[in-house]
Amino acid sequence: MTAFIIRRFLQAVLVMLVVVAIAFLMFRFVGDPINQMVGLETTTEEREALRERLGLNDPIIVQFANFVWNAAQFNFGISYQFKQPVSGMILERLPATLELSIVSAIFALLVGMPMGVYTGIRRNHWMSKLFLTVSLVGISLPPFLIGILLIYIFAVYLQILPSFGRGQVVDLGFWTTGFLTASGLKALILPAITLALYQLTLIMRLVRAEMLEVLRTDYVKFARARGLSERAINFGHALKNTLIPVITVTGLQLGSIIAFAIITETVFQWPGMGLLFLQSVQNVDIPIMAAYLMLIAFLFVVINLVVDLLYTVVDPRVRIDGGAPI
Amino acid sequence: MSEPLLRVRDLVVEFPTRRGILTAVDKVSFDIAPGEVLGVVGESGAGKSLTGAAIINLLEPPGRIGGGEVILQGQRIDNLPMEKVRKIRGSRIGMVFQDPLTSLNPLYTIGRQLTETIQTHMKLSDADALARAIELLTEVGIPAPETRIESYPHQFSGGMRQRVVIALALAANPVLVIADEPTTALDVSVQAQIIRLLKKMCAEHGAAVMLITHDMGVIAETADRVAVMYAGRIAEIGPVREVIKHARHPYTEGLMASIPSLGHDSERLQQIEGSMPRLTAIPDGCAFHPRCPKAFDRCMKERPELIDAETTRAACWLYDKAEAAT
Amino acid sequence: MTTGPETRAEFLSRPHGFATRMLDSDILHSFKQSKLTMLAALVTFIFIFGAAFAPWVAPHNPFDLASLNLLDSLLPPAWEEGGDPRFLLGTDDQGRDILSGIIYGTRASLAVGFASVIFAATLGISLGLMSGYFGGTFGTVIMRIADIQLTFPAILIALLIDGTVHGIFDNVTRADTAYWVLILSIGLSFWVQYARTVRASTLVERNKEYVQAARLIGIPPFLIMLRHVLPNVMGPVLVIGTINLALAIILEATLSFLGVGLPPTQPSLGTLIDIGQDFLFSGEWWITIFPGLALAILVLAVNLLGDWLRDALNPKLR
Repeated sequence: MTAFIIRRFLQAVLVMLVVVAIAFLMFRFVGDPINQMVGLETTTEEREALRERLGLNDPIIVQFANFVWNAAQFNFGISYQFKQPVSGMILERLPATLELSIVSAIFALLVGMPMGVYTGIRRNHWMSKLFLTVSLVGISLPPFLIGILLIYIFAVYLQILPSFGRGQVVDLGFWTTGFLTASGLKALILPAITLALYQLTLIMRLVRAEMLEVLRTDYVKFARARGLSERAINFGHALKNTLIPVITVTGLQLGSIIAFAIITETVFQWPGMGLLFLQSVQNVDIPIMAAYLMLIAFLFVVINLVVDLLYTVVDPRVRIDGGAPI
Repeated sequence: MSEPLLRVRDLVVEFPTRRGILTAVDKVSFDIAPGEVLGVVGESGAGKSLTGAAIINLLEPPGRIGGGEVILQGQRIDNLPMEKVRKIRGSRIGMVFQDPLTSLNPLYTIGRQLTETIQTHMKLSDADALARAIELLTEVGIPAPETRIESYPHQFSGGMRQRVVIALALAANPVLVIADEPTTALDVSVQAQIIRLLKKMCAEHGAAVMLITHDMGVIAETADRVAVMYAGRIAEIGPVREVIKHARHPYTEGLMASIPSLGHDSERLQQIEGSMPRLTAIPDGCAFHPRCPKAFDRCMKERPELIDAETTRAACWLYDKAEAAT
Repeated sequence: MTTGPETRAEFLSRPHGFATRMLDSDILHSFKQSKLTMLAALVTFIFIFGAAFAPWVAPHNPFDLASLNLLDSLLPPAWEEGGDPRFLLGTDDQGRDILSGIIYGTRASLAVGFASVIFAATLGISLGLMSGYFGGTFGTVIMRIADIQLTFPAILIALLIDGTVHGIFDNVTRADTAYWVLILSIGLSFWVQYARTVRASTLVERNKEYVQAARLIGIPPFLIMLRHVLPNVMGPVLVIGTINLALAIILEATLSFLGVGLPPTQPSLGTLIDIGQDFLFSGEWWITIFPGLALAILVLAVNLLGDWLRDALNPKLR
């Protein structure tokens, strides 16, 4: 099993390297970094000098190595648009995105999984059919549309929840939190639901599909033939076997919540990383784009690794692959 | 003769499809005496497995019992509510399936699967259930059962897994074990062992066996009586020796003749002309008549019931006393 | 369950010919059984029809600047007070008819949607075929790239490609190239699923004897893959395609809504929703809600069709 972990770890490093390489290529070759940084009056000699000083004439390998080194220290350069260090800007907005994402993820899991199990076990109950219809709508409505609809109903029409911003936040030094104020919490509700809905639907459908699949297997048939109760079969045998694929996909989905936050933050003007990234795409602000790419990639890679490790805990076939049959 | 353990009377298993109702098992009747081994042979698709599954109501939808009765120890069981059927499964009727790999839940130790079955049907403490599980494993010939009980299914070879399956089927001391092709998925070298084990275990636990297979050799060695199925009906039923050596029904004759034997020297393999009809196109009258060398008028119009033919009973008009008289 | 080969009589008595086989098939049967699916198909057809024939179907042309009259701006839907029956669903701040905007917007959305799906499918199928048939380093590299890309959500990839392409061609205005950049970025986000499925099938078929025989005869690999592997893989590809279409439409709408998709001068449904969001608070809800509804219904219909197709083509569920 240690071999397995080591292999996965190496794979993770490889993926990160590829992503950083792509980010580097973007950084260096999309548009001209020099042009972005200086004004129109700068002379050609001054540009050349700047180019030399920034190491832009060094061999590519050297530049790449520098890039990697900088990235590892969270130095992502200066934003073209805002003329500020990128890492500072990202750090400032990180808490907003993280708080939103975590709340959404928990919500999606806590609601999606039981719904999925239920619709898998009680296929023909009217509540199952209701859940499935809601899920179809949840998948069909683009997240931004859900956000707009929620805004319209709760902010414009009923006027009970705010439609933009984060409310009042409390500064905890390196972290700003919206959890500790009433307005902060209220501002969190609509964006969190918007962000969670899509994931929730996906999780529910996945869990349902897996449950149905598992309930058709031979070992469930044999368990029935042995007279085990429906409860033991559904929640003992079936559920445990459903978990394995669900863990994988759920892990990946959680990662993508952070990416989907881009949309939600735009709809609700939530001051997070996603909004920053979107602005950088609109304005072709490469340093921010590259930084965001690397950060998200890092996050995904870490999540993937964790998911794989979780596998070994749940599935004995992976854990004990050294066991010899007698 | 003592009261039969199991009586099956005119059992019908049907599948509603959009083209109409397909009858896969068409008015099948037989008895099983306590402790006897009844073999059920036939080609693929003859309806043997469905008959076995129907006895404990384990048919997969849309399959369903369309008529007839199943009577266990004098009590009718085919029309019981699910709860009561569940009580019978495992505790009074056990089942063994074909593929031991897929019959066992890969995520649970065999010990867990054993104790779960035991405790579902018997009120034993955890310790007592575990002790009984170890006993069962010893009986089926698993070496070092105290340690192996913590193992997972994938750590056993195919033959060993089937032994575990047999242990599971007998865990709650049923009076009847339905074995559906128990050796088909195993290596040839292991098949004989498993069959002998099955017979021995059932004899020691006082259980009768309904042995479903397409392998005549297994039947010859193990069964007391045998029922030959064709196109969802029983063609012939009787003591094993009689059916094999003195088959009465033309189908059985053809079947026995087509088994090549080392003793005889023949140039061509014998076969029965044609093949078993599809469920959508079962001939009127006797299902075998299109392929029967001895067919006559009545065979094409009336379906024969099982008629006494000296030592066995055959569903063939040749043995109708009234017919013979004319 | 059914056993034995058919007798000659049975074979001859069954209907043949492609049309009769289609009509008698299980797929069509399950289609007719589900009223919902038929409704979904009808709705999709209406949308496609409306989009294709937009210039004739739409009551007004919202892009003809000459026909716009600021006096008509911000009119509510016809059934509300102050509404004008000429503009069934109301107008926006420039006096453009919402209904016509929706019809033209659907056209843009569907155009990008279909084009990107076709692009993704072509790219994915080709890469899948090649990586499966030729294998080797080439095949593995493609699959590694696919795996890596699969871990990232499509929207991220689309945004990055969109931004990068615009960054590279920074001398061309965004509006002019919007269509192509969109199709490129959305297509590139979705090729992976096709590639994987096709590659798996190719690997299976490649080792079959008839393919080896064809190679011996000297038939070029391209023809082998086209004639033998492709038909086997069409079913799953079709299912992926329908799901993909819904996702592509959503992705395009999202990108347009975020301001990096189609511009207001040639809006898609997403752009219209974006424009309308600002008016939500001043009470002119129709500017954003109606395009929103149109988008939702369109995607719902496509999703339902995809769901049905998936169930119909899945032998395990029958």
